[in-house]
Amino acid sequence: MASRKIHAIYTDDDLLMQAVKQTRAANYHISEVFTPFPVHGLDHAVGIAPTRIAITSFLYGLLGLSVAVLMMNYIMIQDWPQNIGGKPSFTFYQNMPAFIPIMFELTVFFAGHLMVITFYMRSKLWPFKKAENPDLRTTDDHFLMEVDADNHDVEKLTKFLYDTGASEISLIENEQDH
Amino acid sequence: MYTLPSKLKLFSIIIMVLGLVGMTYGFLTTPKTIEDVKEIMAAQEGHHSEGHEVAGDGEEHTANFVDTARGEEGYSENAMEHATDLKPEGHGVASHEEHLLHQLQTRPWSATLVAAFFFMMIALGVLVFYAIQFASQAGWSPVLYRIMEGITSYLLPGSIIVFLIVVFAGTHFFPWQNEELVAGDKILQGKAGYLNFPFFVIRGVIYLLGWNLYRYFSRKNSLAQAESNNYASYRKNFKASVFFLIFFLITEATMSWDWFMSMTPHWYSTLFPWYIFASMFVSAITVLALTTIHLKSLGLIPFVSDKHLHDLAKYMFAFSIFWTYLWFSQFMLIWYANIPEEVTYFIIRIQEYKLLFFGMLILNFVFPILVLMNSDYKRVPWFVVIAAVFILVGHYIDIFLLVMPSTVGHNWYFGIPEIAALLFFMGLFIFVVGTGLGKVSLRPKNDPFIKESENYHF
Repeated sequence: MASRKIHAIYTDDDLLMQAVKQTRAANYHISEVFTPFPVHGLDHAVGIAPTRIAITSFLYGLLGLSVAVLMMNYIMIQDWPQNIGGKPSFTFYQNMPAFIPIMFELTVFFAGHLMVITFYMRSKLWPFKKAENPDLRTTDDHFLMEVDADNHDVEKLTKFLYDTGASEISLIENEQDH
Repeated sequence: MYTLPSKLKLFSIIIMVLGLVGMTYGFLTTPKTIEDVKEIMAAQEGHHSEGHEVAGDGEEHTANFVDTARGEEGYSENAMEHATDLKPEGHGVASHEEHLLHQLQTRPWSATLVAAFFFMMIALGVLVFYAIQFASQAGWSPVLYRIMEGITSYLLPGSIIVFLIVVFAGTHFFPWQNEELVAGDKILQGKAGYLNFPFFVIRGVIYLLGWNLYRYFSRKNSLAQAESNNYASYRKNFKASVFFLIFFLITEATMSWDWFMSMTPHWYSTLFPWYIFASMFVSAITVLALTTIHLKSLGLIPFVSDKHLHDLAKYMFAFSIFWTYLWFSQFMLIWYANIPEEVTYFIIRIQEYKLLFFGMLILNFVFPILVLMNSDYKRVPWFVVIAAVFILVGHYIDIFLLVMPSTVGHNWYFGIPEIAALLFFMGLFIFVVGTGLGKVSLRPKNDPFIKESENYHF
């Protein structure tokens, strides 16, 4: 199925924000926005759901804490409880102050690294990935809004986008669906 | 304009009166002579023997963590014997009772100091927070300046009371003021260059003057700024704040040595002043958040939004963790090295105050972390209030554990003197802060950052 999109290019982030709000108000569907830098409040304006990555990070932190506790309880208390410098290796809690630096570091390590990997996977980023950039200038100083044109009158939509202050408008036809 | 609601005013006066009565009772009912102590001991003996029969063979399990670690029964007892400063050298049976008499007489003093210092440190901590806002030219906080100034109005009465307590408590708190003890103690003689009474009083006066003068002039400049059409007053405040912060960091360190560490003059810890500062700062920000929520609920500060509350809650969260970090750093280093002269500080706290000692960690660390981690919850007033109650109770216990084990040892009890002192100073705090808040409009005008602060969002 062929899908048609309209790429509207803006030269200013304030203009882009306004255009995004107007386009949403007019019930057109914005499929993607490309910007060279984070535009404050853009995700809210486009209507993207809040990220849940902080929640995953919290859970990974708990996982890291459990790994640290289980590891040290097994090694230091269960498997070979030696007397090392008079530290009480009878139970976990008696020797806990000595384990806390490791418990803390592993919590942070798991929370940090697994969250980053989750971010890469969810945003489909990896080495040698083919860049998905529709226009090279959007990495420098231009802003691009991609609007679905499938069920709309292209003439009317183009006129509408022109009124929102777009400096370039182009119709893109894609053969394959993705 | 804020006026202290008449019910709150009445409430504060009632608890002040109740507190005063309770405190007087506490001071009047301390045993006066060794005979009184012997009677008390006899009465306790009766109770104890009943209890022991039940506990019976549980006796062996009372070995504490240091003994277990050393594999040496009675190790901690010996360490305590050498390092407990309140025991004069060469004591016999009679001096045990003298010792007990001394501790029982100290209890109302300690109870008063704990509550007095707890509320004073809140005012002082808010003053530091206020100075930091000026020195860092913060753009979010100017809407809160009048609230901070209102809370710091407690600093003058509060700090004078604390000063009077530490000056008049004498040997109740500070064994180094006992000349007989110093005469027989080489360590105390070595410290006499710093720990002597005249110098101690002079230092106290310097702290009082420095803190209160900054409070007075910053408030004056801040109010002058509202009337003026240039930024001269603001610039003065900026400079004053920078110098106050330098002054405060030095005096805060010496203040904690003077008033708290010298209660156990054989013991020392390097990060102790920072630890007290963390406790002070987190309770101060918590009270600031509570006051803001209270004023907001009365509809008096429409220019303060939930974004400001979110920021205050973030500070509460972050400084709870900072406090825990310092608490743990101090505890873990001493626990790990286990040097007798240092470890006595924690032995008495773990043996005699176990529940408070570890309960405080849950109140000051676990609860704030769980309640305030979610960023949405930080904007919900009642969530912040819940966290605030945990934090304030936790830090009251923290100050309690700084003072009580060092002064009354195992003869502690949370009874009438403690509750009365807490009530009295809470009443005084509410009354003074409420009056202080009511003096001027709560909206600071003409501050260079006020516009940014009113439109603050993220």
